[in-house]
Amino acid sequence: MLEVKNAVKVFAAGTPNEFKALNGLNLKLEDGEFVTIIGSNGAGKSTLFNAICGNFWLDKGHIILDGEDISYKSEHKRARHIGRIFQDPMKGTAPHLTIEENLALAYSRSKRGGLAPAITKSERQMFRDALADFDMGLEDRMNTKVGLLSGGQRQVVTLLMATLVPPRLLLLDEHTAALDPATAEKVMEITKRIVERENLTTLMITHNVKSALETGDRTIMLDAGNIIFDIGKEERIGMTIEDLMKKYSSKKHEEFDNDRVIFS
Amino acid sequence: MTILYSSLQLGLLYGIMVLGIYISFRILDIPDLTTEGSFAFGVAVSAVMAKAGHPYLGLLLSVVAGIAAGCFTGLLQTKLKIHPILAGIITMSGLYSINLGVMHNSPNLTLLNTRTIFTDFRDLMPGVDKEIVRIIIIAVIAIAVVVLLSLFFKSHFGLCIRATGDNQDMLSASSVNVNITKIAALGLGNACIALSGGLTAQYQSFADVNSSVGMLVVGLASVIIGEAIFGRRSVTIGFISAIVGSIIYRAIIAVTTRYNIFPSYMFKLVAAVIVIAALAIPVIKESVRKARIKRGGHKDA
Repeated sequence: MLEVKNAVKVFAAGTPNEFKALNGLNLKLEDGEFVTIIGSNGAGKSTLFNAICGNFWLDKGHIILDGEDISYKSEHKRARHIGRIFQDPMKGTAPHLTIEENLALAYSRSKRGGLAPAITKSERQMFRDALADFDMGLEDRMNTKVGLLSGGQRQVVTLLMATLVPPRLLLLDEHTAALDPATAEKVMEITKRIVERENLTTLMITHNVKSALETGDRTIMLDAGNIIFDIGKEERIGMTIEDLMKKYSSKKHEEFDNDRVIFS
Repeated sequence: MTILYSSLQLGLLYGIMVLGIYISFRILDIPDLTTEGSFAFGVAVSAVMAKAGHPYLGLLLSVVAGIAAGCFTGLLQTKLKIHPILAGIITMSGLYSINLGVMHNSPNLTLLNTRTIFTDFRDLMPGVDKEIVRIIIIAVIAIAVVVLLSLFFKSHFGLCIRATGDNQDMLSASSVNVNITKIAALGLGNACIALSGGLTAQYQSFADVNSSVGMLVVGLASVIIGEAIFGRRSVTIGFISAIVGSIIYRAIIAVTTRYNIFPSYMFKLVAAVIVIAALAIPVIKESVRKARIKRGGHKDA
């Protein structure tokens, strides 16, 4: 279970460029819930992910994962329980290491290896089987350097790395946006399968509104560092992009009207 | 014959230093200037200990000294977030004073008539040519270091260090503390470099506080020569190529000075030119390729 409580993050505070990236955001995810996030550029989507992962600390507020307050834990310690995939397929893998070695590194989350051999025989087989499951022929290229793979293949390897040891929370940051439509669909399908199989608590950022409405259990929209609306399961069924846009503009007008009241 | 012997001896001797450079430059992807201080640190410690009658302990302490120097640079880089090059320069400068201090404020120290690892084994194998004995000792140590390093980089922690130079973010995302892998890698690299220094002092029966000037470039040249032959493949092959590169570099120096192609004081300039040439080749290749495309394009038009 993930809880983000009253998250505030201000960049360049005290300068003319001051920017409130997160503005008292509250979010709660139940165990196994799959939530999609939409919102325009600068709405705070990636900032939210960065805050959860510990790239920086929040100025105010707390992040609680499975009952544990992780607000002040270092990035690599949080990473033990959080899997994250970026839009850029280059970011999630080490190009000069083989597929097998990359997977072995990701698998190290579950154990502390020290000077023991990096990959054991049984692990090698386990990695192979896990890759074979994706049906992309990657299981026959275990000793290929990841740098030689295509973007889609790298993203699949990253996806497996993030979920090999099932994390308490999976963060998908537009992870199919840099792929061609066919590959994107394939990676999305694999994602859904893994999330369902492992019952992972998942947050997914996407710019594809259609995909946001079709994937997972719930969709939230971010605007100016806060959740502007939260569409639950029932409301989402049968909702179209037009409905969503209407909801967005009516919400915006509401705010605008409120402001007018204040300023008049 | 003397050229062969001396290039093998010096090549293997400095080859151990090149292994250290390989770790920082190729695996960690940082040109580590600590080298310019840690080599002489090893020289100083080993010489002073040998002088006191403990040549073996001297070599062991050289290794410890190297680890300390490397880890210090690592701490500057990670905990104080100092630029990697500057961190190396700071440690190197500080070490100059420390090295002088270790050698009781004298810039050099002679080990003539002092027991060293080399005199010990010469006495142990009386029938064998003195030069061959020296080659055997250095070769055994160099091979041992290569084997140990190769095994280490196949271990879990070794794999983490390799990933540090490749994609830090990914390593961090795999819940590995990148600061620790960096510090450890620099410690390990400088351990090799200082061990090489410690052996060199006993080999030459002479210690010079300035002996590490230009070491980094010499090491880089050797790494590059090795890679020109073996290519860039696995880490184990990388270590072997570093040693071979070092031997070839020493052979080039020995031949060119022997036949008076240029005087011996030129050898660091040669190293610098080799490094520049090797780094320039990809750039030149690229511009040749572009020039070709341009010409081809004109023809088509």
